[in-house]
Parts: sequence; C-alpha cells; structure tokens
Amino acid sequence: MKKYLIKRLLQSIPILIGITIMTFAIMQLSPGNPMQTMIDPKISSEEMQRAQENLGLNDPLPVQYFTWIKEVFTGNLGYTVKTGQPVGQLILERLPATLLLTGTAFVMAFVVGIPLGVYSATNRFKAPDYVLTVLSFIGISIPSFFFGLGMIFIFALKLGWMPTSGMVTIGADLTGFAKFMDYVKHVTMPSIVLALPTIAVVMRFTRSSMLEVLNQDFIRTADSKGLSKLKVNLKHALRNALIPVITIFGLSIPFLFGGAYITEHIFNWPGMGSLGIQSIVAREYPVIMALNLFTSILVMTGNLLADVMYAWADPRIRY
Amino acid sequence: MSNVELQHNQAGLVQINRKKRWRTNASWKRFKKNKLAVFGAIVLITLLIVSVLAPILAPHNPYESTKGELGLFDVLAPPSGEHLLGTDSLGRDMLSRIIYGGRVSLTVAFVAVMIATFTGVLLGVVAGYYGKWVDTVIMRITDVVICFPVLFLAITVATILKPSLFNVIIIIGLVSWTTMTRLVRGEVLRLREMEYIEATKAMGQSDFIIIIKHILPNIMAPIIVQGTLQTAEAILTESALSFLGVGVQQPIPSWGNMLNEATSIMVLQFKPWVWMPAGFAILLTILCINFVGDGLRDALDPKEKN
Repeated sequence: MKKYLIKRLLQSIPILIGITIMTFAIMQLSPGNPMQTMIDPKISSEEMQRAQENLGLNDPLPVQYFTWIKEVFTGNLGYTVKTGQPVGQLILERLPATLLLTGTAFVMAFVVGIPLGVYSATNRFKAPDYVLTVLSFIGISIPSFFFGLGMIFIFALKLGWMPTSGMVTIGADLTGFAKFMDYVKHVTMPSIVLALPTIAVVMRFTRSSMLEVLNQDFIRTADSKGLSKLKVNLKHALRNALIPVITIFGLSIPFLFGGAYITEHIFNWPGMGSLGIQSIVAREYPVIMALNLFTSILVMTGNLLADVMYAWADPRIRY
Repeated sequence: MSNVELQHNQAGLVQINRKKRWRTNASWKRFKKNKLAVFGAIVLITLLIVSVLAPILAPHNPYESTKGELGLFDVLAPPSGEHLLGTDSLGRDMLSRIIYGGRVSLTVAFVAVMIATFTGVLLGVVAGYYGKWVDTVIMRITDVVICFPVLFLAITVATILKPSLFNVIIIIGLVSWTTMTRLVRGEVLRLREMEYIEATKAMGQSDFIIIIKHILPNIMAPIIVQGTLQTAEAILTESALSFLGVGVQQPIPSWGNMLNEATSIMVLQFKPWVWMPAGFAILLTILCINFVGDGLRDALDPKEKN
C-alpha cells in the first residue's frame, strides 16, 4: 500500500508541472498586455518599454514561466486588472460558499444515490427499476442551467416556497436556528441541481455493482442459509458492492466543482463559480487563470484520491 | 459469445469478414430489443430531418422581427395560431428559431465530435501502436489535459478567442479528445499482442496498412459508442457556452443562447415560451443520444455491459 501510494504520488509530479505549463500557455494566448490595461495612457512609449523591461515582460518565455511559478508557489496568484485586488485573496473569500454548496451536494449525491441504486438492483426488471433507469438517464442528460431555471420557475416564482437566489436573506438579521433554516432554504435548490447528475451516476454504479455481487456464490449461500432478503442485500451484498462506488467519491469532487460554475451563476451563489463567470464577463484573465489552475489541481487530487481509496478498499487492486 | 469471437480472431484474416457479418446481425437484433435506444434513434432521425428541411419547415424567417396587427413589432407575444411557440424579445418567431437552432446546435456538436474523434483516435493509435517514448509523451499530455474540466477549459479558451461559430466548433473539438485517446490506446495495446497482427507483420505489411486495415476495424465498436456519448457531451458544452454568451452569438440561433433570455427574471417568470422549448429540445436531444449510445454499447460490445 505504502509503495503504491508513493508511486502514485510521484506520478502526479509531472502532471502537476504539465498543468502549470498549460495554464501559463493559455495565459500567454490571452489578448492584450497587462501593461496596456493598467498604465496611464499618457505615458510615453519609451517609458513603457523601460517599465516592461523592468517587470520582465520582455524576458524569454521560459524565464517568464519560472518567475511566474515562483510567485505561485509563494501564494501570489497575481492581481485583478480592474481593482488590483490580490487574486488569491479573492478566491479564498469565495471558497467557503463553494465548499458549503459542493459539500451539501456531495453528501446528497451519495445519501440519495446509493439507496436508489440498491433499490433498483433488487427490483431488477420490475417497474421501479425501469422508472429509475429512465430517471437516471434524464439526470445525466438535463443541462444544469435548464434544470436550475426550471426549479426557480416552479418552486421560487410560481409556488413561492424557495428563495430565487443568494445564500442568505438580505437584510434579515437572523441568529441560531433561524439562521440555519434560512441557509437550508437557500441551499436546497442549488445543491439539488448540482447533485443531480452525480446522484444518477452513483445510482447506476451502485446498481450494476450490486447486480454483479448478487450473482455470486456467497450470496446464494447466504440465501440458502435462510437469511432474510433484507439482511442478505444490505449486510452481505451492499458491503461488497460499495467498493467500486468508492471510486466515484474521488471522481465526483472535480465534477461537482466544475458544475458549481453554472449552478452558482444561475442561483447567484456567492462562491468561486460565480466569481469565475463574472471574471469571464469582465475579461479578468488573472482570475480565470488562477481558477483554472485551482480547478485542475483539484481534479488531479480527486483522481489521486479515487485511485488510492480504491486500492485501500480492495487489496487485490495494485496497478 | 466472446469465445466465438476470440476463435475467429485467432483464426486470422480470412475469418474477419465472416465475423463482421455475424456480429452485425446479432448486434442489430440486440439493438432492436432495447426499446429506449430505438425510441432515441427515431427521435434523433426526426430531428435530423427537421434540421435538414429547416428552410421548408420553418414558418417564419428566424432572423426577422415580425410585425403585429398594429404595425408594431410583435415582441414577446404568447403562443398563437400565427406563432405556435410565441415570439422572443425581438419579435422573432420562436418555432422557426427552435428549428434553425437545432440545425446550428447539431452541426456544431457533430463537427466538433468529428474533430475530437479524429484527434483522439490518431493519438490513441499512435501511442498504443508505437509504444515507448511516443506513448509516454502522448499519455502524459493526455493526463494533463484531462485534469482541466471540459466546460471550464472551453469557457476559458472561448473567452480568449473571438466568439464565432467556427471557434466554438474548434474549441469543443480540441478539448474533448482525451477520453477517446485513452480508450483507443488501451484497445490498440490489447490488439497489438494478438497473433494475427504478428502474422501480418511477418508478411511484411507496413505499419500504416496494419493500423488501417487490421487494427481500426477491430476497435470500431468502442469508438462508435464513445463518439456517440461524446456527441451528447458536445451538445451540452455548446449550449452551456452559448447560454453564458461565449458560444454561438446572436443573431444566429442556438438552443443554448435562446435560454439566455431566461436570465431576465421577467422573461423567466411570465414568458415561459421563450425559454422552455429550447431547454426541452436540448434535454430531449441529449437524452436520446444517451439512449442510443447505451443501446449501441450493449449491442456492439456485450462484454462492456455496465
């Protein structure tokens, strides 16, 4: 296990370097030079040249890359073009809201997805299985923005049960339980929208894994011992069926963070995702690049986590 | 079933044709049994026909604002006999825009997937067949690109480039080849060790001929399945980009940019005909492609089930 873990960690180093190179390359493609947007237009072109020279903007690209990477490692992700705020700080400010939303969606995906998958598998070829199969197809097919708008239309605008957007009721000075309920009310719709595709995937995965396990000899043995159906399904089958589902844990993390962009935008959730969309509209390249870097490292970590957890859960797996 | 296939493979070149025919018939039977897949295929064919015949079927010009009785522009008119799905905020007929929008969305997805498939298969075959450092380089690059979520990478590149129909196609094509590369490489690695390939090599065939005639035909099934599922993904990406305003630009209609109007709460709440049909069109199309993809997987590649 230890050897595998070290091998897998070492493998991520070139990927990490690749990610930074790719981010840097995309950054180079972005139009305009930071000087032109930040500096007083009245300045003479000679002075501009000198300033560029001083800032290292005329250095060869590899040199610029190393300068940049050094700054990134010390936590400096650059400054926004318009307000001059440090990008790292901006992202950290938005991170808690995103973590709350993705965390809720993550829990929801597994708490809802696994039981549905088990139910679907134990009712194979019966009506509930077919209904759930079609529903899971819809779950992976519906664009999150359409689903989100539909939810707002029905539950917020027509029925008035839920707030349309935001994370807290603006102007309301709530404390304790009332504050918590206010949060629950706001997080319900966005987290459902964010979790839906993952619920569908978890469900399909649990179902097929359950079906595989239910076909095995030890289940027949358990059955013929006279154990109750429920006990066989939950105690004997589900435990083994959950091993492959663990991989989805890691893989769903990047998916949820990626999905957060659109979901947060639709629900005006004050997190990293809506920051990303705002930066796109405002053409804030430093923020977009930092978010790209952040998300891709997250995906890499998610993949790593998935592999390691899988190897930990199933000692037969070592590759 | 896989046993039969294996024997044929080992028997060598002479048997390939017979095996192919056998597989086609059995596959078609399996596909027909999958009701969801057949339903999906029928809907998709209908959509394709409607898209091709758009100029004939569309009741109005999708770019032109229509005028009402009083000579004013018929803005945000609810569905009526004249406009079956109402009009949008510029008074353009929604039904016509849906029909033309489908044309745009499907074309973008289809061409983008062609690009992604070509890139993916090419890189996958080269990596798998030649191995060694070529494999290492290609797969490490794939590992890196796969770390960037497709949608966000597409959004980033779309923000940098000037938004246009052509760029949207290129962007989606260039960010979604990674899964195909991994898949094809794995398949090629498996086939490369087979005896019939060794036999072909011993006969002095060139690498190109071996790849084109003896390897590719044997990995078509997973390529077709992956390509189909990728098309669903491409439609989703295109609609998301257009919805956010960095994809297909107005006045060209696309299902994604038609939903963009719903960002106004007034339209969202009181003019549902402006955004709902486009949303359902995207949902239905992606759903049907996924049905067909799933059916194809079961039909062509029974081993891969689940």
